[in-house]
Amino acid sequence: MAEHDKHGTFDEVTGKHTTGHEWDGIEELNTPLPRWWVLTFYACIIWSFAYWAVYPAWPLVQSYTTGWFNYSSRADVAVELAKLEAIRGDKMAALATAPLADIEKDPGMLAMARARGKAVFGDNCAACHGTGAAGSKGFPNLNDDDWLWGGTLEQIEQTIKYGARSGHAEAHEGQMLAFGQSGTLNKDEIVTVANYVRSLSGLSTRPGVDVAAGGKIFAENCTVCHGDEAKGNPDLGAPNLTDRIWLYGSDEATIIETVTNGRAGVMPAWIDRLDPGTIKAMAVYVHSLGGGK
Amino acid sequence: MNKPVLPKDLQTDPDGPLYVAQKKIYPQSVSGTFRRIKWYLMAICLGIYYFLPFVRWNRGIGAPDQAVLIDLPNSRFYFFFIELWPQEIYYFTGLLIVAAITLFLMNSLGGRVWCGYLCPQTVWTDVFYAVERLIEGDRRERMKKAAEGLTLQRGAELVLKHSIWILIAWWTGGAWVLYFADAPTLVKELVTFQAPMIAYIWIGILTSTTYLLAGFMREQVCVYMCPWPRIQAALTDEWALNVTYKYDRGEQRTSLKKAEQARAQGEKVGDCIDCNQCVAVCPTGIDIRDGSQLDCIQCGLCIDACDTVMKKIGRETRLIGYDNDINIHRRMEGKPEVFRMVRPRTVVYSALIVGVGAIMLYALMTRSLLDVNVLHDRNPLAVRLSDGSVRNAYTMRLLNKRAFDRVVAIDVEGPAGAQVQVVGVDQITPERPTIVLGRDQTTELRVLVTSSPDAQLAPSTPVKFHITDIGLGEVASTSDNFVTP
Ligand code: SF4
Ligand code: SF4
Repeated sequence: MAEHDKHGTFDEVTGKHTTGHEWDGIEELNTPLPRWWVLTFYACIIWSFAYWAVYPAWPLVQSYTTGWFNYSSRADVAVELAKLEAIRGDKMAALATAPLADIEKDPGMLAMARARGKAVFGDNCAACHGTGAAGSKGFPNLNDDDWLWGGTLEQIEQTIKYGARSGHAEAHEGQMLAFGQSGTLNKDEIVTVANYVRSLSGLSTRPGVDVAAGGKIFAENCTVCHGDEAKGNPDLGAPNLTDRIWLYGSDEATIIETVTNGRAGVMPAWIDRLDPGTIKAMAVYVHSLGGGK
Repeated sequence: MNKPVLPKDLQTDPDGPLYVAQKKIYPQSVSGTFRRIKWYLMAICLGIYYFLPFVRWNRGIGAPDQAVLIDLPNSRFYFFFIELWPQEIYYFTGLLIVAAITLFLMNSLGGRVWCGYLCPQTVWTDVFYAVERLIEGDRRERMKKAAEGLTLQRGAELVLKHSIWILIAWWTGGAWVLYFADAPTLVKELVTFQAPMIAYIWIGILTSTTYLLAGFMREQVCVYMCPWPRIQAALTDEWALNVTYKYDRGEQRTSLKKAEQARAQGEKVGDCIDCNQCVAVCPTGIDIRDGSQLDCIQCGLCIDACDTVMKKIGRETRLIGYDNDINIHRRMEGKPEVFRMVRPRTVVYSALIVGVGAIMLYALMTRSLLDVNVLHDRNPLAVRLSDGSVRNAYTMRLLNKRAFDRVVAIDVEGPAGAQVQVVGVDQITPERPTIVLGRDQTTELRVLVTSSPDAQLAPSTPVKFHITDIGLGEVASTSDNFVTP
């Protein structure tokens, strides 16, 4: 049988020695690796030294080793982005000059504007309006057909450019006055007018409240901005009070709060931060969400 | 039973090094049945590989006219009459399944047919050996020249050999890139140095891998790098026919002269005359008489070598041949040979190949060339409009896989009285938005469905979208839901 020596066993079947390593009575045959294999292994180790030299590799106390060619992945991204802008160059230029209505009619430009608008919206607008532009309390839903400052392409572009109460010279101005705080209306009058406002869109009113009296208060104080029929005024950002859409809420308490303290939500001006083509793309995107007029 | 006798040089020295140098192999030229099969297969495989990109296929104006083309920028794959889009990647999955099972089937019938005849590693190594033989001569000469060291003539031979190798390797890399662009144009660009950098880089990569793997690594790839020998060992069974030394007939090995003497004395001797011809021709440098082994790529060349010898000395051929252990044992027991090609595994493999192939073919023949997907807006799911009506928005993706533009109408069956509007589309043929789909492309649309203000809506109502090609009448449909806020 197998003859033992200090290196393990001579295996008759294969004619090889084992390594002498044994697990549960099973010994491993000594099968040397090819030399090119170990050379490749060493080459890989040398290669890793080359990496250290060529690429940024070692953190130092204040900085890091930058490597021979000052490579940086951030610079790579910048180059790639510049390439992308170059590819888009013509189309973006076309967007910047084309009239808004034409953009919507041209399928190619529409697709471009929607894609661009969506991305920019996600970066800049979603924080307030939500990623899908569904809005929330105090931040309008841009998918519906109710527009504080008008829902045509031009009006939307205008609003994006200058904002509302943004401090920009051309921003939309006008606000809901604080009728309660200023003492213009007392508490009872506010409750009464709030119930009248609810009645305008067919909502229930509190029993015992004289809705007709509310109508009188409304006519005296509110129609200046909201209009005789309470349909609102996009020049002043006064909402239509007869429809089913409420920026802050339609329950009595919320309306009382609105009338008492006033409202003046702010939409920033984007004209100084985004280029005209991008603003146009955003206007088209918002318009195409479904509610545009 | 007789055990194969092992040659001494297989015994490793216990004090030997941890790493061994690659054993230089000088395969001898050989002729015979299997060599001929290998030449034919090599010609077919290389012919297809090198020339397929130049085959033209008319797909109409504006579409590429290359029979086989992988168009990465436009994400299309063209194969003769088939054009695949990225979302149809499952055809490749099917193809890979069929390819894998075909390998299994080959293996259970005839062993490593793939390795011996078809694998690129084998084919290119074979070509490189042929060049080497042509320039440096056959086995004996090459061994002699290698031992003699460098002379001027030998230097010239080596330069010539490596030049031809690099040329072949370069052509191999060149053919590869032609599958990814219009071949004649790319060839023109390549020679005028106008081709994209990436083409040159790939040619460079494949030139060096071909040169390295077929010129230097050769059998080392099969023995140390490739997973297939390991896998095939798990796939084979006792009925599979493998290149086998029939030791029942070959042992005891006896030289011709000794055999005559022994026969004269009435002793029984084997047919193997220990001429080592089978070892001399082997491209992996092994001795098949040691039994079936991982290093054997089953190229069948040792069969040809042995047959040549047997014919010369007037003995029966196929001392080495496609055989298995079962038959060796049956012959030793005096029983007739049996070959079982039809076995559960071969039947199952064949059935799977046919089954998967049929499914793929069916899917390919009946696949729609007009397709529609609809994605419901997630945020917001539904919008209440000022008059109280509800609107749901959908992103609709239309796929026109035909090579021409077509006009389609969009019909939506939603909640009763609902209005349909497609953003940016106002051509309406009575009540239906119609739109032109560019040939061979995807069109994305935003579709708005608005209920009537006074509609009584369930929380969720099914909506169906039908796309009708106005010219051809082809219809594609999909469905989604209409929800309330
Ligand atoms: S072992 Fe691998 S590389 Fe070698 S011939 Fe077989 S499949 Fe090809
Ligand atoms: S042993 Fe025979 S079949 Fe196997 S690789 Fe060598 S020559 Fe080819």
